[in-house]
Amino acid sequence: MTVTLTPPLTAADTSSLAAGDRVLLEGTIYTARDAAHGRLVELIEGGGELPLDLEGQILYYTGPTPASPGRATGSAGPTTSMRMDRYTPAILSLGVRVLIGKGRRGGNVAEALRQHGAVYLAAVGGAGALLGGHIVEAEPVAYAELGPEAIYRLRVRSFPAIVAMDAHGGDVYRDGPARYRRP
Amino acid sequence: MRELPAEEVVELVSRLYLDANFNLPEDVIASLEAALAREQSPLGREVLEILLANAETASREHLPLCQDTGMAVFFAEMGSGLTLTGATLEEVVNLGVADARRRGPLRASVVADPCFERKNTKDNTPAVLHTDLVPGDGLRLTVLPKGGGSENMGRLAMLKPSDGLEGLIEFAVETVELGGANACPPIFLGVGVGGTMDRAATLAKRALLRPAGKGSCDQRLADLEARILDRVNGLGIGPAGLGGSETCLGVAIEDYPCHIASLPVAVNIQCNSARRASGTL
Repeated sequence: MTVTLTPPLTAADTSSLAAGDRVLLEGTIYTARDAAHGRLVELIEGGGELPLDLEGQILYYTGPTPASPGRATGSAGPTTSMRMDRYTPAILSLGVRVLIGKGRRGGNVAEALRQHGAVYLAAVGGAGALLGGHIVEAEPVAYAELGPEAIYRLRVRSFPAIVAMDAHGGDVYRDGPARYRRP
Repeated sequence: MRELPAEEVVELVSRLYLDANFNLPEDVIASLEAALAREQSPLGREVLEILLANAETASREHLPLCQDTGMAVFFAEMGSGLTLTGATLEEVVNLGVADARRRGPLRASVVADPCFERKNTKDNTPAVLHTDLVPGDGLRLTVLPKGGGSENMGRLAMLKPSDGLEGLIEFAVETVELGGANACPPIFLGVGVGGTMDRAATLAKRALLRPAGKGSCDQRLADLEARILDRVNGLGIGPAGLGGSETCLGVAIEDYPCHIASLPVAVNIQCNSARRASGTL
């Protein structure tokens, strides 16, 4: 089943998704990877003012290459999500509904997704040239000095992903490999 | 003594770095195509089709195959009868990497002062350069742009000689079990055995330069590679880690003599975007 998600999203929009569902994203999403997560969570824990409102929004773990002529960005595939695990419960507490990255999650991510009715989507790692083509606008909105690690606001068109972890304990990274594992 | 102007080497370095980032080697494409024919999971086949389409798009549109355009790892074989004029080899490699970053444009993925400030160097330098002095007066350069996601999943163990082949195989399989799903599978494994800690790690990286699926010339090592490959593909991790039969497309082992007390083993994981390029001057 393929579902189109256009933020802002409510917990009802995302908690109905199931691991394995195909998703197409439309509209605005935000990038954030290692350094931006560190800064955001420092602000959350210190009670500081955040540089943007993430309620109902989608966060994409990526650091695109600079734009080539005629494009909004260059390549823009997902980076490894597990590096963001320790920050994820705090990020989800802001009302972020969707996370996009690649690879298995650990820590308290599954529990935090359940608690907030949020989902973790997998995009195909290594497909940056194709995925970048779904981005039609890109603009840094915070921490521009971090270069590729800045937070960018992206406008995407039919950005493809798959629900890797849903809000009810479903996990494709656990169940998919189990199906093909040889005894 | 042959003299080679630094600018010529800068140009070669830049060209190789761009070529590696835009064009997936043909042997890697063939290896992905073969995996597509074997893959049992429909979702896995879909992922492999996406990766092949990505390679075609990157090459056609001169786009980086992956947004992680890597830390630049260079292997240089420099003839002892060759002198560079105007700069050292390390300097020209860094100039070439910075030039490629600008021209690509590629991503600046390197931070200085890793313990404290982690400040982006903005030009993707410095590179990691391995230099061998060889007979003759030529220069051969090979670049391996190495992404952080797969590099982070590598491991090194100082095994005991009594751990033997079983210990070595277990360590390699465990490395993939722990990190393979995060390293953009289907992956390639470079395994370095012997030497010292540092030598094992370098051998593992060097092993990744071997064409996809080509076995060691030493039949015993080739058999060991096949055993590890079979075990790793039994893990079921599959393309993109979403499950499937094709987790790893090649294991390459390079070895070196070691101390009587040691059995160092390094496992370096390369992602599906197994980029590399070589050139000579």
